[in-house]
Amino acid sequence: MMKLARDTWLIFQRHFLLVLRSPTWIGFALAQPVTYVLLFAPMLKLALKAEGVTTYTQAYRVYVPGLLTVMAILGGSYAGFGLLREVRTGIIERARVTPVSRLALMLGRALREVVMLLVQAVIITLLALPFGLRVPIGDLLLAYLLLALLSIMAVNFSYALTLKVRNEAALGPMINTLSNPLMLLAGVLLPLTLAPLWLLRIAEWNPFYWSTNGMRELFSGHVGASPVWISMIIVVVLAGLALSWSVRSFQRSVQ
Amino acid sequence: MIETSGLRKSFHTGKGRKGATVEAVRGVTLAVAEGEIFGFLGPNGAGKTTTLRMLATLIMPDGGQATIAGTDLLSDPGEVRRRVGYVAQGGATWDEVTAREELALQARMHGLSKAEARRRASAALEAFELTEYADRRCKTYSGGQRRRVDIALGVIHGPRVLFLDEPTAGLDPQSRAHMWDEVRRLRKEGMTVFITTHYLEEADALCDRIAIIDHGEIVAEGTPDDLKREISGDVLAVTVNGSAPLAADLLSGQPYVHKVEVLDEQGLRLYVDSGATAIPLVLRVLEGSGVELGAIELHRPSLDDVFLTKTGRSLREK
Repeated sequence: MMKLARDTWLIFQRHFLLVLRSPTWIGFALAQPVTYVLLFAPMLKLALKAEGVTTYTQAYRVYVPGLLTVMAILGGSYAGFGLLREVRTGIIERARVTPVSRLALMLGRALREVVMLLVQAVIITLLALPFGLRVPIGDLLLAYLLLALLSIMAVNFSYALTLKVRNEAALGPMINTLSNPLMLLAGVLLPLTLAPLWLLRIAEWNPFYWSTNGMRELFSGHVGASPVWISMIIVVVLAGLALSWSVRSFQRSVQ
Repeated sequence: MIETSGLRKSFHTGKGRKGATVEAVRGVTLAVAEGEIFGFLGPNGAGKTTTLRMLATLIMPDGGQATIAGTDLLSDPGEVRRRVGYVAQGGATWDEVTAREELALQARMHGLSKAEARRRASAALEAFELTEYADRRCKTYSGGQRRRVDIALGVIHGPRVLFLDEPTAGLDPQSRAHMWDEVRRLRKEGMTVFITTHYLEEADALCDRIAIIDHGEIVAEGTPDDLKREISGDVLAVTVNGSAPLAADLLSGQPYVHKVEVLDEQGLRLYVDSGATAIPLVLRVLEGSGVELGAIELHRPSLDDVFLTKTGRSLREK
């Protein structure tokens, strides 16, 4: 266990260093969410009037959680590409002839993705502050926890899928096809309170509908609202499942 | 230092019922002594790399046995990993980090402490003459420098056996010679080196012993000289200032001469086991019988001749 933690930390450090060494990557990773925060969210005050939104604070409390959910799920889904490239170039192989923990090779990489997402989330949150976003700090930290779990789920799902498919050309469309309906049915752009009843009924089967709602409740300071704990439970279970799937695929493919 | 018997591995290709099983390695038995540079030759797809990857613990054999540096490969691959180093064909370094950082990480992955890893990284940089570039990012390195980093990474934990997959593929002649020197230096330090190569000059110049694998089986094993001798021995081209048929008569009775071929009035060819030991004997016979020798020339069969005989293919054709 100690060895696993040590080795995971070792791999995490290296991959974090790689991010720091390519600042352009950080720029690109932030460009899109920042664009949305600055150029799209301001329209929501008027657009969501029917929802009872009257201030920018309310509008951003609806929008920022949705945006963060998209970043966690979509961003995480592409993590497998990096892993696959490292499998192919032999970087993983070089590590595998050392006694380093196999699990740590994957966990260290996944941890990097999660930490990067949280860094991005903090930047987005800070950027939304001048527009009037206000969140109690405790609730915000809980929202970040939910976000981290979502990321663990998405990243590990991506690792497992990539190791199974092993074809970058097929993976891109596959991930898009899966994630688009999930995103829309989670109400990431517009809350599903706007949806007709039949759509809402379908959405209730979508785990990300609950996580988006849970995160919105947290951003609004309603820590006791039922979507908060429901989404926590759902995401913990899904993250656990994705993690065990990817660990098994990884161990099978790298021995 | 390395002993295998009947090592086997097959792969499934394709999917479902259409899939086929390819027997990549069909029972490899070989022995490598301590401190040897052992060359593993074979055409592409002969099972060379698969065998190497099995020995380096990267893939599990389907059957057979192997003992590496005193440890059983199948029952304790973890311990084998502590005792061997492996350098893949393409090498693998991240572009954006420095050689020093890569070496330190590799040492840490072997379980060494931070301080010890740093110390070993510096020592390795020194030994491989990389100190000058140590703190530059790997993407700025030349092919030869990169290759030296790869090998330094493979030996950072002081393994007893080093596996090198095509260590000089794609290098210019100068870098290749440099690499050979590095390999010889490692051997001098007591390491056993197992390399795959498809350069016959490399096998000839660098390796103490070689094995040739074809269709998943070892078809020849021995020192490069032994293998060449096994094919046809040496050829002596002799020119006499006098009668070649007379010289042929004299020499065909000698026990070390397999065959004599008279080319013309003055030239003949002798097929012998070892040219080096036959030459003085030939000289003595001719001198003793008054035949004046014009010239004597020694031809050795090349490793490519060996390869051609054993596999039916020439390595140079590719």
